[in-house]
Amino acid sequence: MDGTLMPQADIAPLVEIEDLTVRFTSREATVSAVNGVSFSVKPGEVLCILGESGSGKSVTLRAMMRLLPEKRTTITGRITIAGQDVLGLNARDLRALRGGLVSMIFQEPMTALDPVYTVGEQIIETLRKHRNMSREGARARALDLFELVKIPSPERRLDSYPHELSGGLRQRAMIAMALSCGPRLLLADEPTTALDATVQIQVLILLRRLQRELGMGTIFVTHDLGVASEIADRIAVMYAGRIVEEGPVADILANPRHPYTQGLMASTVHGQHRDADIQAIPGSPPDLRRMPAGCSFGPRCPTSQPRCREAFPPISHPSADRMVRCFREGEEAKASF
Amino acid sequence: MRAGFARFARNRLALFGAVVLLLVLVLVVSAPLAYPNNPFQLVGKPLQPPGGAFLLGTDTLGRDVAAGIAYGSRTSMLIGLSATLAAIGIGILVGGIAGYYRGRVELVLMRVTEFFQTIPAFVLAILIVAVLSPSVPSEIIAIAAVSWPGIARLVRGEFVALGGREFVLACAGLGASDLRIIFRHLLPNCLPPIIAVGSLLIGTAILIEAGLAFLGLGDPNVMSWGLIISAGRAVLRQAWWIATFPGIAILLTVLGVNLVGDGLGEVLNPRLRNR
Repeated sequence: MDGTLMPQADIAPLVEIEDLTVRFTSREATVSAVNGVSFSVKPGEVLCILGESGSGKSVTLRAMMRLLPEKRTTITGRITIAGQDVLGLNARDLRALRGGLVSMIFQEPMTALDPVYTVGEQIIETLRKHRNMSREGARARALDLFELVKIPSPERRLDSYPHELSGGLRQRAMIAMALSCGPRLLLADEPTTALDATVQIQVLILLRRLQRELGMGTIFVTHDLGVASEIADRIAVMYAGRIVEEGPVADILANPRHPYTQGLMASTVHGQHRDADIQAIPGSPPDLRRMPAGCSFGPRCPTSQPRCREAFPPISHPSADRMVRCFREGEEAKASF
Repeated sequence: MRAGFARFARNRLALFGAVVLLLVLVLVVSAPLAYPNNPFQLVGKPLQPPGGAFLLGTDTLGRDVAAGIAYGSRTSMLIGLSATLAAIGIGILVGGIAGYYRGRVELVLMRVTEFFQTIPAFVLAILIVAVLSPSVPSEIIAIAAVSWPGIARLVRGEFVALGGREFVLACAGLGASDLRIIFRHLLPNCLPPIIAVGSLLIGTAILIEAGLAFLGLGDPNVMSWGLIISAGRAVLRQAWWIATFPGIAILLTVLGVNLVGDGLGEVLNPRLRNR
């Protein structure tokens, strides 16, 4: 993958997000969950959004399908998926987009499946709605999907209720449901977090294989650097509602530029010496109800300077396909050349 | 399902209630077979005590009390069941819309619901029947109108609780419309408590119907337990049987309904399951 941020990319992007902001308003406070996020995903590309809880990664994903409660949420910016302006769609076109063009996999497969229907019925319902299929045709397709996601004895599992399946099988059923109408974009919201470590790897491998076979653009949200390195083509690191660093996965892992990414790497176990202490990033993320004026990572940053408190750092491109938002970036580059 | 039946059957009281209800149903079905004549027809001398030619005696006009009770069971069941179904329908609609859409819609609908709850049910039912003129349909309307608020509040609460679950979001994410989510996904998930509370509502509806008929607000051309009691009230000291037997019929039926309702609630409510 030659992921690039430059506008002269040769393939038209599948997803283009420009300056997305999401605010939740309640009587008590306004929470700025996403503060000006821009990125694009090409067909067949996997973008991993990496960040800790509350960094706005799931909110970004849900905003892309307009799944956030409409009354309390203000979304600004532009979301374009396959040429459609998502924020401008009417209710009918939005329903066609959801599940048809774009599908989502959720974190907890137990609560994301309706407990009163068999998993087969739920897939058949979606197929009949989007594809106007007959009951028999939809069932045959559901069976194919179950075989595709490698569910053992699929015929029997179609008639199982969610509580009768194990966590891994449930997540596979959820994936089959998401894939049922052949989406061009798959949004995965921490789909492996709730699973056992061994099952996690199986599901990741399955997702990677399906994504390649079906050529789906995928946005994968996770807080797990290991998972991200396993599945991503590119990584976008999110902090306090902003993308602070973005680039190809190998580059970012080998050479993180932003102090937050560096901190994340240092606080993850990946073959350090067994006696070496694991460094945690000191402090905690900013209060999203009262965002600091300058760099949101400033208060926790080991290299913070006075100007970091004045404005959010501008975008800089250390190389053609990388993006970092840190004041130090340009200077360090100058200093090292 | 089978486990549910077994659990229900273990509850002796619920089983007793079910047997009583079954007997009432037999009465409902067999009334025209056992008493082919109109229950309003005069069949013998007035004020005959029970145990003679007529099993439960005759009333002040010489009508068969047993025939009256048999036909009255039809009225009670017809009005009790239809009024409850109507109340559940209204309750699901109001509570469902309030619980799903929340916000201002919820505020308005729930205030209306509370408004209905603050008015004493029986007084409101009397008022509605008086305005609509006494007949079976107006009794059903009146009883439904005073019975739906409880269901509406229950459904709203369940919908609010379920609304936060991920599968609702997942359904929306797969392109399901609001109506589809409400009726195909949320409603089946809160059916058990609705069934349990609804079955208890039948008992209340039967009581209100008997009360209305007793006050002369029932359909004058339809035999009803309340009507017989009201006719026997004046002669309670000379002819105790006229008011007593329909009274026992009401007591047993409502008791049966409540016991079955409690039993169902226990089976369907997972929190009470392991008692």
